Amino acid sequence: MLERLADEIPRFFSWSNMLLLGEAMAITLAMTLVGCVLGFLFAFIIAFTRQVPGILTLPFRTAAILFVEVFRRIPFLVVLFLVLFFIQAVAQGTSLFTVAVVSICIYSTAYIADIIRGGFESVARQQIEAAQAMNFSRWQILKSIIVPQSWPVVLPPAVAFMVGFIKDTSLVSQIGVFELTFRGRELNNMGFSGILVFGTIAFLYFAISYPLARWGQWLEKRLAR
Amino acid sequence: MRGDLSHHLEIKGACASYGRIQVLKGVDLTLGKGEVVALIGPSGSGKSTVLRMVMGLTLSTAGEIRLDGEAVNYRNPASLRRLRDRIAVVFQQYNLFQNMDVMRNVTIAPLKIKRRPRDQVVADAKRVLAKVGLADKLAAYPDELSGGQQQRVAIARALCLNPEILLLDEVTSALDPELVNEVLDTIRGLAAEGMTMLIVSHEMAFVREVATRVILMDDGQMVEAGTPQDIFDKPQTQRARDFVGKILRH
Repeated sequence: MLERLADEIPRFFSWSNMLLLGEAMAITLAMTLVGCVLGFLFAFIIAFTRQVPGILTLPFRTAAILFVEVFRRIPFLVVLFLVLFFIQAVAQGTSLFTVAVVSICIYSTAYIADIIRGGFESVARQQIEAAQAMNFSRWQILKSIIVPQSWPVVLPPAVAFMVGFIKDTSLVSQIGVFELTFRGRELNNMGFSGILVFGTIAFLYFAISYPLARWGQWLEKRLAR
Repeated sequence: MRGDLSHHLEIKGACASYGRIQVLKGVDLTLGKGEVVALIGPSGSGKSTVLRMVMGLTLSTAGEIRLDGEAVNYRNPASLRRLRDRIAVVFQQYNLFQNMDVMRNVTIAPLKIKRRPRDQVVADAKRVLAKVGLADKLAAYPDELSGGQQQRVAIARALCLNPEILLLDEVTSALDPELVNEVLDTIRGLAAEGMTMLIVSHEMAFVREVATRVILMDDGQMVEAGTPQDIFDKPQTQRARDFVGKILRH
């Protein structure tokens, strides 16, 4: 077996294969990044919506809570298929990459919304009351007090979630997006040894995630000051 | 007696509850211009709730609050905003914004909410902070200050709003004994300048000295009201005699 591997290695690490895997890495990273950054934005809106009291905003609050509670309890793969078939039904010709990004966005929105809500709730009620007594508007309280004070609580777990999610995007290979895992299966089908191919794929996932995880830890230390 | 007869702030028959527990059972109170009214009474008697209710942080379940004769509608944002524009509160736990330095704490509301010109706000803030003895702490963050210093920043923050009425909620009870006087001195100064104040305090000697009127509360009700001499020297009700007797023995 080792002989076969040694024989395959020069052929496997060819320029065209490396280019293929490089592109797959970029796609993996891009869909995670776009999906999660959009997710963070939507999550912020949801977390904000959830804490606006009053009867007028009740439908929005209910929708926000439902969204979070439902999508946190569905496996990502199921969300992916739901989005795929839904989009195919309403907008044929949408790229699979878009389907993947939308799915990642929905999933990360639900998770990060809860992280942000926890952060908002960590701000002492008295801080908010002091601002209310000085006529701060809801938006000013959010901007000047809640966000700056909850930032250190929100960012570390949110970054950890996003970095962790890079791995889970391998599920997207199931619908045929040309990301890392998909390309790995392709190369494997072309006859390259599974150990070699998926060993390389594993290393590449690690190579993306590890620096980002370290960056997250650095950020956490910096914010803790 | 100081103060004119026009009633600045008027509370009539106010009730308030936290959940099922009724904490105020009909409170009547008037605060004239230039008066310093002190609310005293045992813990849990509803003194702080009166202040919270005036600021709209706790909603009353019955009764009415009037400012210059005009009823305040706490469910109407514009009405509440007008009230909060004229009354400032200092909390027991200071409640300084932890993410802002002293200068920012004091200037953010005048700049962002009242939209006053920056040079004027900064000059005011420096003057007031100097007055409370903190001219050298402008760039400090709340967690770098002692409790007494934080409380003086909180008073400066309230004063920079140029309030007509100042509410003080047990501003010394979270402080170490040796820090109490620096805060009380600041309030003495305000009283001497004629600031209208409604204060909740456990510092009886201080109340006796600065208050124009004292109201004794117990169990969400007002037990007795009068000048400090009336309340402390010749209390009329048994409840007032008990309370005064107890605190004077300490």
